[in-house]
Amino acid sequence: MEEGFRLIPEQASAFAARYDMLYWFLTGVCGLFALLIVVLIIVFAVRYRRRPDREPEQTNDSMGLEIFWSVIPAILVMVMFVWGADLYLDETIPPAGAEDIYVVGKQWMWKIQHPNGRREINELHVPVGRAVKITHTSQDVIHSFYIPAFRIKQDSVPGQYRTMWFEPTRPGQYHLFCAEYCGTGHSRMIGRVVVMEDMEYQTWLGGYTAETPVEAGRKLFVDLDCASCHESGQRQRCPTLGGLYGTKVQLADGRTALFDETYIRESILDPKAKVAAGFQPVMPTFRGQVTEEQILALIAYIKSLSPNVAVPERSAQ
Amino acid sequence: MDLTVAHQFDDAEQQQEASTLGMWIFLATEILFFGGMFLGYTVYRAMYPHEFAAASSHLDVVLGTVNTAVLLCSSLTMALGVYSAQLGSRRMLALCLGLTMLLGAVFLGIKFYEYYQKYEEGLIPGSGFTWAGANPNQTSLFFVFYFIMTGMHALHMIIGLGLMTVLVLLTRRGRFTPSYYTPVELGGLYWHFVDIVWVFLFPLLYLIDRSS
Amino acid sequence: MSTMPVAIYTREHYLNASYGWKSWLLTRDHKRIGLLYLMSITFFFFLGGAFATMVRLELMTPKGDLFEAETYNKLFSMHGIVMVFLFLIPSIPAVLGNFLVPMMIGARDLAFPRLNLLSWYLYMIGGVFTLWAIVAGGVDTGWTFYTPYSSLFSNTHVVLTVLGIFVVGFSSILTGLNFIVTIHTMRAPGMTWFRMPLFLWSHYATAIIMVLATPVLAITLVLVGVERIWRVGIFDPAIGGDPILFQHLFWFYSHPAVYIMILPGMGVVSELITTHARKRIFGYSFVAFASLAIAFIGFLVWGHHMFVAGESQYASLMFSVLSFLVAIPSAIKVFNWTATLYKGSVSYDAPMLYAMGFIGLFTIGGLTGLFLATIAIDVHLHDTYFVVAHFHYIMVGGMVMAYLGGIHNWWPKISGRMYPEGWARLAAGIVFIGFNLTFFPQFVLGYLGMPRRYYAYADEFQVLNVMSTAGASILAVGYLLPMIYLIWSLKYGPEAGPNPWNATGLEWQTLSPPPPDNFEETPIVTEPAYNYGPDRRTSI
Repeated sequence: MEEGFRLIPEQASAFAARYDMLYWFLTGVCGLFALLIVVLIIVFAVRYRRRPDREPEQTNDSMGLEIFWSVIPAILVMVMFVWGADLYLDETIPPAGAEDIYVVGKQWMWKIQHPNGRREINELHVPVGRAVKITHTSQDVIHSFYIPAFRIKQDSVPGQYRTMWFEPTRPGQYHLFCAEYCGTGHSRMIGRVVVMEDMEYQTWLGGYTAETPVEAGRKLFVDLDCASCHESGQRQRCPTLGGLYGTKVQLADGRTALFDETYIRESILDPKAKVAAGFQPVMPTFRGQVTEEQILALIAYIKSLSPNVAVPERSAQ
Repeated sequence: MDLTVAHQFDDAEQQQEASTLGMWIFLATEILFFGGMFLGYTVYRAMYPHEFAAASSHLDVVLGTVNTAVLLCSSLTMALGVYSAQLGSRRMLALCLGLTMLLGAVFLGIKFYEYYQKYEEGLIPGSGFTWAGANPNQTSLFFVFYFIMTGMHALHMIIGLGLMTVLVLLTRRGRFTPSYYTPVELGGLYWHFVDIVWVFLFPLLYLIDRSS
Repeated sequence: MSTMPVAIYTREHYLNASYGWKSWLLTRDHKRIGLLYLMSITFFFFLGGAFATMVRLELMTPKGDLFEAETYNKLFSMHGIVMVFLFLIPSIPAVLGNFLVPMMIGARDLAFPRLNLLSWYLYMIGGVFTLWAIVAGGVDTGWTFYTPYSSLFSNTHVVLTVLGIFVVGFSSILTGLNFIVTIHTMRAPGMTWFRMPLFLWSHYATAIIMVLATPVLAITLVLVGVERIWRVGIFDPAIGGDPILFQHLFWFYSHPAVYIMILPGMGVVSELITTHARKRIFGYSFVAFASLAIAFIGFLVWGHHMFVAGESQYASLMFSVLSFLVAIPSAIKVFNWTATLYKGSVSYDAPMLYAMGFIGLFTIGGLTGLFLATIAIDVHLHDTYFVVAHFHYIMVGGMVMAYLGGIHNWWPKISGRMYPEGWARLAAGIVFIGFNLTFFPQFVLGYLGMPRRYYAYADEFQVLNVMSTAGASILAVGYLLPMIYLIWSLKYGPEAGPNPWNATGLEWQTLSPPPPDNFEETPIVTEPAYNYGPDRRTSI
């Protein structure tokens, strides 16, 4: 992070450059209008200042002027809206093949998990030039994952998963801030994002031999006895989970649900909420028995059972 | 000088116009107040339709229907009271107001009996909540809104009874004449409003999915 | 200049018509009630200002070295709560509105004087509850009370505070109700809607918001209180609740509330500009309808506070469009005020200085709102100091300056005395300079990425923070000066006479201070508003 006095934040993502263009457009337009008003006020106040020898002149209204200064601003703000909406929609839809990183915010730290198993606290290492997708949630209150240099931010809400994405464009270190007031340690819930060249990143990632989320998830799946019902075999009473991720599943009450991270999480914590069609509501709840990170590991494992999900290889030692 | 016209008003007509408009605006604020509760209820009902339906079936629809009838009758007696005031019939006015209060008290009695029933069944949300079926937490949310919404309604009824008491006292003192009975009219508006809120509460809370 | 002020002491007016505690605490006179409010909100303004001072002192250094984190969190929370609910929302309507609405329409009082007194008592009771919460240890949820932090995690006096705000809310509702009924039913003969001063149009629009939005806040706070006491899961995701539901309910009130906190100021500015440029307003009906448009559209934009909170994309797009739309009527007003100065006779009296300052600063604040309405831009700026700067430009650079301008403009009417013009102009200048120095750097801080509600921050933010704190100290001087010289003027100021500005408007056609019933006899209106031309018939 660069120390010292600045007036403009660093641009370190593909989005940041486009963002700043719109920002300076807004500054220019708004600056012009502000200047216009200030200059007019000063000019009128001086030119028409009270003098004992001059009476004010009661001018007539002008419909034309009213329409003019209603329509022009309306057009300008619509330009702002369209430009901003376009940028926003690009910004919120992650490209396919983005690197998946999971984040759990809690009072008062960020816990980050890479797909190959490497974990970090308050630090996020990412490679330059590749899209990164962050799936995040909170363990307690609402936080917000904010990286000013990338110009992105999203609230981390307990009980829900959110996703955001970015593509870093410059190696370096950048601020990571929590941007939603969350109690005593809100100002301390900060860290840094480290953007590295790809080779460096692979090295950093590889020097780590803990189990991947998929492996951890498989272990939990067996330890918590999910396998006995959900894998085909003698005692199978529940749907097998292969090939389901990303598809629409039929529910017992006639509705359909998208088999995504949120659905998997809900099924673990509130299994009777959305029971699959053709099956009995016999699954027990695991609320209180699994942490948010364990849920994410289970999700990673279940996702790996679907062919359309790329399973990251553990990097060679 | 007409003693019933307050000094800021020019005449009785202006006073009556102002008072009536004031009451209508106040009722608009009450719509927004209850509206917040209705919105929260609607959101959670959309999220947990089965749990809400299951919970609703644990409400006593017979008592709820009786209460609805009681309140509608009380609105009738209130309207008859306003009519009596228009005609200048003091005794009828006092009688109608009294009947309205009686019916209101019956409503509250039945309501509190229902609350007591819920207590016995362990359906008060919080640590004492017991639910044999699925998803007790989401089901408990139904009861949270049930108690808050009907509780707020009951509070407004109690205030209404207070207003009726004042009106009865003023009637007995001969305060109202065919040319001045604005407080009775405004009391009527308030009472009808509280009634209408119940007319919305009853189906939303008691009648989810009763046909199946 | 200082002749013996005989007339004020010998003539009967609303201040001397009766003496003693009871005549004030049980008054039904809208003018006395306005003064009761003046004293209480001045107290809360300086209390909120004390909290702000402590916040800015902490922020002089990057480390959190002056206060504990918990204390700091309480300081900014209480600053917001006191300033929003106990100062800004009542301010102009409760002080100037109460005093002037009946006078401007030619009535003897508001429609419901006893309700008006009740409003003040509700305000005081709510204020006492809030003070009690502060003294008992404070609240640290921010003025926004986001769940689940406020409902499940905070260890501070949340319930007591929300109770206080709940009660103050009813004060607001009753004031609004009173204004609407008064304006509808008690206008003097000949005072049609379109002959009313624009101050009344603004207060009418404000009253509509007060009446329709505040109840939603009331029920939202009840739900937070219930959740906190009984833990029943309304906003707790672990038991099926939705914390975002709170945000929708909260902002459904709190966005319209910000229009409560600017529309009255706009009404004041319309009066100040016309009076002190001796000109009729340019585009009267446009300004009048713009007030109504702001009130109406203002109810439709609350989601722009939640662009990054997890709103759906479609909702975000809709709220963004509507937020741009609500800016247009404000722009129309700014242009019309500026055009009113054209060919006028512009005095540099303090009220006019405040009005011109308002237009400039409100314009900047409003324009920065466009940044925040642009969804992609808001993603970076949300919850940073950019937002803090934006709303302070409008609420302080706008509303507070309008409030001060209005106090000065109607001071002669309220007290019968003139304030010292030299000191008043100096104070206006100090406020303007101090304000800009305090808040402009915060736009830059926000763009750089400094989040809100941080008591310790990255080193590179320090220079701008020091500038901001320096500005705040200047601003404080600017606010203290009027306290001193206005009180001084009560005893030593020259007698003002009924119409020192030679303004139009019914309030100036009666004595200063006014008699208890405002007018010797009910005025009859035959002219349009702001009839400053040669065919003007009214002037005492």
